[in-house]
Amino acid sequence: MSTSKARWAAVTGHALFWPVVALIALLVANTIYRPGFLSVEMKDGHLYGSLIDILRLAAPLILVGMGMTLVIATGGIDLSVGSMCAISGAIACLHISGQPDQNALGGVLVALALGVGLSLVLGAWNGALVSIIGIQPIIATLILMVAGRGLAQLITEGQIITINSEPYKAVGVGYLLTLPLAIFIAAGVALLVAAVTRRTALGMIIESVGGNAEASRLAGIRSGRITFLVYVISAVCAGIAGFMVTANVSSADGNAAGLWIELDAILAVVIGGTSLAGGRFSLGGTILGALLIQTLTTTVYAMNISPQTALLFKAVVVIIVCLVQAPAFRAKFARRRPAAPAAPIAADQPKEQVPA
Amino acid sequence: MSGRQPVLTMTAISKSFPGVRALDGVDFRLFPGEVHALMGENGAGKSTLIKVLTGVYAHDAGSIDLAGQQVSFTGPMQAAAAGVSTVYQEVNLCANLSVAENIFIGREPRTLGAIRWGEMRRRARDLLTKLDLHIDVTQLLGTYSLAVQQMVAIARAIDIQARVLILDEPTSSLDATEVEQLFRIMRQLRDEGIAIIFVTHFLDQVYGIADRITVLRNGRLVGEYPIAELPQLALVEKMIGKELDVLESLDEQSKRDVRAIEAGTPFLQADELGRKGSVAPFSLTIHSGEVVGLAGLLGSGRTEVARLLFGADRADHGRIAVDGKPTALRTPIAAIGYDIAFCSENRRTEGLVGELSVRENIILAMQAARGWLRPIPRRRQDELVDKYVKALSIRPADPEIPVRNLSGGNQQKVLLARWLITEPRLLILDEPTRGIDVGAKAEIQKLVVQLSDGGMAVLFISAELEEVLRLSHKIAVMRDRQLVTELANDDTVDADRVMQTIASGTRHEGPEKA
Repeated sequence: MSTSKARWAAVTGHALFWPVVALIALLVANTIYRPGFLSVEMKDGHLYGSLIDILRLAAPLILVGMGMTLVIATGGIDLSVGSMCAISGAIACLHISGQPDQNALGGVLVALALGVGLSLVLGAWNGALVSIIGIQPIIATLILMVAGRGLAQLITEGQIITINSEPYKAVGVGYLLTLPLAIFIAAGVALLVAAVTRRTALGMIIESVGGNAEASRLAGIRSGRITFLVYVISAVCAGIAGFMVTANVSSADGNAAGLWIELDAILAVVIGGTSLAGGRFSLGGTILGALLIQTLTTTVYAMNISPQTALLFKAVVVIIVCLVQAPAFRAKFARRRPAAPAAPIAADQPKEQVPA
Repeated sequence: MSGRQPVLTMTAISKSFPGVRALDGVDFRLFPGEVHALMGENGAGKSTLIKVLTGVYAHDAGSIDLAGQQVSFTGPMQAAAAGVSTVYQEVNLCANLSVAENIFIGREPRTLGAIRWGEMRRRARDLLTKLDLHIDVTQLLGTYSLAVQQMVAIARAIDIQARVLILDEPTSSLDATEVEQLFRIMRQLRDEGIAIIFVTHFLDQVYGIADRITVLRNGRLVGEYPIAELPQLALVEKMIGKELDVLESLDEQSKRDVRAIEAGTPFLQADELGRKGSVAPFSLTIHSGEVVGLAGLLGSGRTEVARLLFGADRADHGRIAVDGKPTALRTPIAAIGYDIAFCSENRRTEGLVGELSVRENIILAMQAARGWLRPIPRRRQDELVDKYVKALSIRPADPEIPVRNLSGGNQQKVLLARWLITEPRLLILDEPTRGIDVGAKAEIQKLVVQLSDGGMAVLFISAELEEVLRLSHKIAVMRDRQLVTELANDDTVDADRVMQTIASGTRHEGPEKA
């Protein structure tokens, strides 16, 4: 009896319990509103359905979230990922638009390589500002967040570059083995990041730097290199997300591509149980957070919530999830229940709160 | 005292953490106008009892009665409002706020919400003057020494009209005069009728100030005694629950011939090494198998010497040689490359990574040296960790719990284990026994002897002279950020002589430095 109680407590106390509950609640609400919501059907060898859409649309956010998780685990933050999306998407589309045959696979691969290469350079820029020069991460990455949009505009010459390339389009809306290709890309990158951090000692060292930078330095960790590395990883993840975002619409818009994705990514990381103060991180949690956010967005559209109230609706759900997840908030409620013996002091508690 | 009513009665308090039964049916009584020492080894449950009392933890069972009322605080703020104030071992004020702000934070004198700064500063000054502390209250707290910060914390606590004042290891960072100053304040408060709970590891201090003693062991109450009925040796036995002969046996250990050790090339040779604003140029040699003690008051530059030798700070003067070869120890990584290890005195801020597990903290330095691309195989990790958890009897013996859940002494052992697995040739120990109990202290001292017998060089820094004298082959004395003299620890050297050197700074006969 008590063991099952303890097991239940372990489940509800888990950092990801409430995000999972929220995700399930959203799915249930959708199903009630629209009974066909959960159904997935096969058409022309492709699977279709709202669930598949959620996975596909969440893919860029998952990608950006992977890099963001590592950056946040070191105690930093990367605000420039949205601009990175725009830049890598823009350079890729620019290259493709200049090809005589936009459908040639070779040209598309070069375009992707260009995008990733540029992301590497920009990530190194961020990493150098933070780890070598020692600028606070929020300021260092703010530079590219703002200037990066300008850079993207420069690449597209202020226009929206429209392309007509089937191979490139596939990155966003293509199918592989009945499922959208984007899902495989996101899953592949997530697995790669997980392997690099957890199969090597990188994950632990990132957590150590984020948990206590000075102690890590005195233990002989080259924290500068680690910090540099996570910003590069973050930039590359954002760059790949940029391909998806632009491929979805077969065009590169320096202003709109990846707009505000950094905020969604930070939110996904936090919902996933990684502290903004750095330290322990959970890649699985971030994926869950990204799925929750995308489900929320889909719900807003599916339920025909008017655009004026959509953001408010999203905000309310996010606040609720964050609150029930916060240990301080939960502790407050956990204390309320068995507080019977505390009654006498509780009665004059408000009086004591008055500043002396 | 028997005729009076206790101000505080804790009855049958129990508290468990996952895997640990921290308190098991503990009773505790506190009378007004007494200094009550709460004694026990690390992990005995002292801190837990105090945290239960102040509402940091909710207790699982038992009751707390404060001045005739059942209470169950939900946090230190509420406890303080009811008259139970705490000064913790590790100063937990804000270094980036001014002294006055720290004293009045959360209860600033206000007019319509606006803070009356002038009054706040004046009251802060008055309060500190009462404690004989004359400092600028508008300066940032972080610019003052730890000792001053501690006094500020006490000033804050007593200004909250406390009925019960809890001092948790308040003296571990204070020097002798500051301790005396603190005791004067404690007596003054006691005579005003305040009940003081005093937690410390310094036995002499207990007998210098306490009226009664409560002893805990392994989360259980051993007993409550008037001070006169419990001589020091009996107290130690009650705390550790066994006869204490480890320390005595250490003394009898014949010191090896220093001359034999000092022959040959020194492992490390610092020549006029120094850093502006930190420590004046000093020269020091350390041989393999030698324990060099670094004595001196708090703030005399002991830690600064250690940090220069480890490359934690960069020297701007002098040379350093390892194995006779000149080298530059500019970073900790460079020093680690020469098999030098450094256990900082600030375990929490410069030593351990609190949220990482015991296992991860132990392997951290070794992993860092290998680089992240070559992870230590999990089997090897478990072997190493298991070996040192056993060898140093780290409690609880679960390597997967976060290290911040361990008591101070066990955290110290984890930090030691981190460096021991790297098999260093020079181990720098900065206050390794501060704030830990007699049992763990004896274990660590014994370990130092064993390691140096095995050929490891040790630089041993401690404020406790007896400890330095017991372990060292050679003692370097620091004073006012200068290394004033070096004494071979032979029969002519005793605590008095070292004390004199510290006090006067005169260079006694011995290997003079040019």
